[in-house]
Amino acid sequence: MSLLTPSIRPSAVARLNPISKLGAAIVVSLALLLSIDWVSAMVALALEGVLLFWCGLSARQFWLRTSTLWIASPFAGLTTVLYGRDSGAVLLTVGFVTVTDGSVQLGLAIALRVLAIGLPGIVLLATTDPTDLADGLAQVLRLPARFVLGGLAGLRLVGMFIEDWRFLGLARRARGVGDGGGPIGALRRFFGPAFALLVISVRRGSKLATAMEARGFGTAPRTWARESVIGAGDAVLLGLGIGIAGIAIVVAIWAGTWHFVLS
Amino acid sequence: MPLDPDSVRPVAGAHVRARGWGWRHAGRRAPAVSGLDLDIRPGERVLLLGASGAGKSTLVHALAGVLGSEDEGDETGELLVDGRRPADARGRVGLVLQDPDSQVVLARVGDDVAFGCENLAVPRDEIWRRVGVALEAVGLRVPLDHPTAALSGGQKQRLALAGVLAMRPGLLLLDEPTANLDPDGVMEVRDAVGRTLDASGATLIVIEHRVAVWQDLVDRVIVLDAAGGILADGPTGTVLQSEGERLAAAGVWVPHLPPRLPGRLPGRLPNRLSADLGLQAGGAHAPELLLSATGLAVGRVPFARRTAQVVADGIDLGIGAGTATAITGPNGAGKSTLALTLAGLLAPAGGRLAAGPGLAGGLGAEPVRWRSRALLTRIGTVFQDPEHQFLTGSVRAELTVGPHALGLAPAEQARRVDELLERLRLDHLAEANPFTLSGGEKRRLSVATVLASRPRVLVLDEPTFGQDSRTWRELVSLLVDVQSAGTALVCVTHDQLLVDTIADSEYRLAAGHAGSTAGVRR
Repeated sequence: MSLLTPSIRPSAVARLNPISKLGAAIVVSLALLLSIDWVSAMVALALEGVLLFWCGLSARQFWLRTSTLWIASPFAGLTTVLYGRDSGAVLLTVGFVTVTDGSVQLGLAIALRVLAIGLPGIVLLATTDPTDLADGLAQVLRLPARFVLGGLAGLRLVGMFIEDWRFLGLARRARGVGDGGGPIGALRRFFGPAFALLVISVRRGSKLATAMEARGFGTAPRTWARESVIGAGDAVLLGLGIGIAGIAIVVAIWAGTWHFVLS
Repeated sequence: MPLDPDSVRPVAGAHVRARGWGWRHAGRRAPAVSGLDLDIRPGERVLLLGASGAGKSTLVHALAGVLGSEDEGDETGELLVDGRRPADARGRVGLVLQDPDSQVVLARVGDDVAFGCENLAVPRDEIWRRVGVALEAVGLRVPLDHPTAALSGGQKQRLALAGVLAMRPGLLLLDEPTANLDPDGVMEVRDAVGRTLDASGATLIVIEHRVAVWQDLVDRVIVLDAAGGILADGPTGTVLQSEGERLAAAGVWVPHLPPRLPGRLPGRLPNRLSADLGLQAGGAHAPELLLSATGLAVGRVPFARRTAQVVADGIDLGIGAGTATAITGPNGAGKSTLALTLAGLLAPAGGRLAAGPGLAGGLGAEPVRWRSRALLTRIGTVFQDPEHQFLTGSVRAELTVGPHALGLAPAEQARRVDELLERLRLDHLAEANPFTLSGGEKRRLSVATVLASRPRVLVLDEPTFGQDSRTWRELVSLLVDVQSAGTALVCVTHDQLLVDTIADSEYRLAAGHAGSTAGVRR
C-alpha cells in the first residue's frame, strides 16, 4: 500500500465518484459550522454512525484511520470546558479555571462537532483513490487539468521524500554530525536536512515538469482515458449528506439549542 | 519475440534539419550549441556523441520542444522537424530522459502510458488500444493497474518508452536512457528500443557515452564540437575509428579504447597520497581483520514499522585492512542494505557484525552502537547519490565537516582540506556550492569528504554509476591509492570493469539467498 495506490476494498462506497463524497462531506461540515450546540452535532453523529456500517472499511482500518479524531475530540472538549466562555451556574473554581454549566455544554458541543465533521471526511477519503479524485476534479468540477494533474504528479514525489529523508539522516551519522550538541544540535539536525530535501525536491520537480511537457502536457485540449461519471449512487450519497445536515438543523432548532454563529 | 508489424503501425520517420542553429541559455555568456548544420533522413538511427558541455542534451531538448520560451534563452538559426518548429510538432517527437524516477507521471502503469495520448486528445478507446500495444512492444507485462512505484529502474525506463511510443512519434529521442541502470536493465531498454524501431520505422537520436550499448543498433554517429558545429559525422565504424582517441580523451567509452590506469599493474605503486595523508600501512602478512560478519542478516525497518524486513541473511564476510571487497548481485538482493549495515549505519537484522580491536580502538565491537563522531576515523561511507551527503554551502566547508567534528586544530583542518582540494582537482571550485557541481565533480567531492577524516574502512555504494570514462578513471585511480595506503574498501557495484580492476574478492549476493565469496580474475 502506498499514498498514491492505496489498497481499497471493493465496496459500494469505493465505487462512488470522489466528487460526490467530497460534496456530501462538505454539506454536513458546513451545516455543523453554522452553530455551536450539542444537539445538532449529536444528531448528525448518530445518523453518520448508522451509515458507517456501509462505509467499506474493515473495523481495524476504521479505528486506525480515525484514531487521531478520538484523541483530538475529548481534548478539544476538555479544553473548552476548562477555559471556554463561562455562563450559567459555577460548578468548580481552581485558580484561573472556572467550570460552569455553559462551558460544559460548549465543551460537549465542540467534542461532538470534531467527530461529526471529521468522521465522514476521513472515512470517505480513505475509500478514495487519488487518481480517481483528480479525474473527478478535472472532469466533473472542470478544474484546470494543468493544476489537477500537476498536483497529482507532485504527490508522487512525496513517497520519494520519505526515502530521501532517511538517507539524509544516515548520511549525517556517517559524516560525524548525527548526534550530540544538545537541543541546538537536534534543531540543526532537523533544519540541515530539511534544506537539502528542499533543494533535491525542487530538482526532481523540474525534471518531472520537463518529462510531462515532453509528453505534450499543458498545451491543447486533452481527452481523458478514465471517464469520471456521476451515477445514481452518487445522487443517493449527496441526498444522504443533505438529509443529515437538514435533520440536524431542524432538530436543534426544535430543541431550542440552535445558536447561529454569525448572529 | 518479434512484434507483429501491424500492432505498432508504422509511422513515417521524421526528418530533422538544422541550419546555423544555436542556443544560449539565459544568463550564460557562451552558447550551449552554435553554428549547427545537420540533416537526418527519416528512419535513420543516430548516436550523438561529444565531450560533456558540447550541447548534446540542449540539442535533444530543443528537438523535443522543451527548451522553453524566449525568456529561457536565445535561439539563432533554424531547427526543424518535418519542416516545422519542434514546439509546433508536438506528438511527432518523443523524449526519454536519464532519471527513471522523475519521468513517471501517474501512479498506475496503464494510466502513465495513457498520459501522452490524453494530451494529444486521442479518443478514449483508441488510447487503451495503444496502451496495450505499447506495453507489449517494450515487453512490460504487468497488469494495467500495477503501481508504478513497484517497478525496477529498467522497468521504469521501459514504461517511459511505452508512454512515448503510444504517442506514435516519428522521431524518438533518448537522452542517456540507460546511464542509471544495472546491466540487465541496460539490455532490457536497448532491446525494447531495437524492437520498436524495427516495427515503427521512426527516426532515432540517442545520447549515450557508453558506445558499446548502442553501436550495433545505430547506423550513424554524429560528434558535436564543444566549440560549435560538428566534429565528425558518418557511419558508426568509420567515425569511431577516426575519432576514437579524441572521444576517449573526452570521456566517451569507446569499445576498443578502455580507460588506462596509471597505477594499476602488479605491486601497486607506492604513492604520494598515502604519505601525504598519513594513512596507516597494512599489516606485514595476513591483513589485519577490521570487520567480520557471522551469519549476518540485513534489512530495513519500513516506514512506520518496528521490525526490520530481512532482505539477505546468512552472510559470512571478513574485511581486512588494505583489501578491496566488491559486493555484487542482482537488484533487490540487498547489496545497499548490506553496505549500510557494514558501515555501522543500520542495525543488523540478525547474526553478528563485529569490529576487530584494531578498528574498534577501545569502543564496543558493534559499529551501529558507536557515536556518530567515532565512526569518522573508523568507517566512512560514500552514498549512491552524492547529494544526500552534502551538508554545507561550499566545497571547502564540505571538506571541513569531518575534521571539524573530530575537533582537530584549525591549522590541521586547513592542511587536510587544501591537500584534498589539490589532489582531486577541486581547488578552483573551493567556494562553489556542492549542489552546482557536475556529476563527476560531485562524486569526487563525496569521496573526498570521507577521506578528510581518514577512516580505516571505506564503504562505497555504486561509486561509478553514470560516470564517463574520464571521471571513471580519476575515481578508480583515487581508490587504488587509498587502498594501497592500507584502507579497506568495500564496494557495492554492478560495474564489472571496476570489480576486475580493484577487487581482491567478490561477494555475490543472490536474490533471496545467502551470498558466496568468489576469487577474482585479475
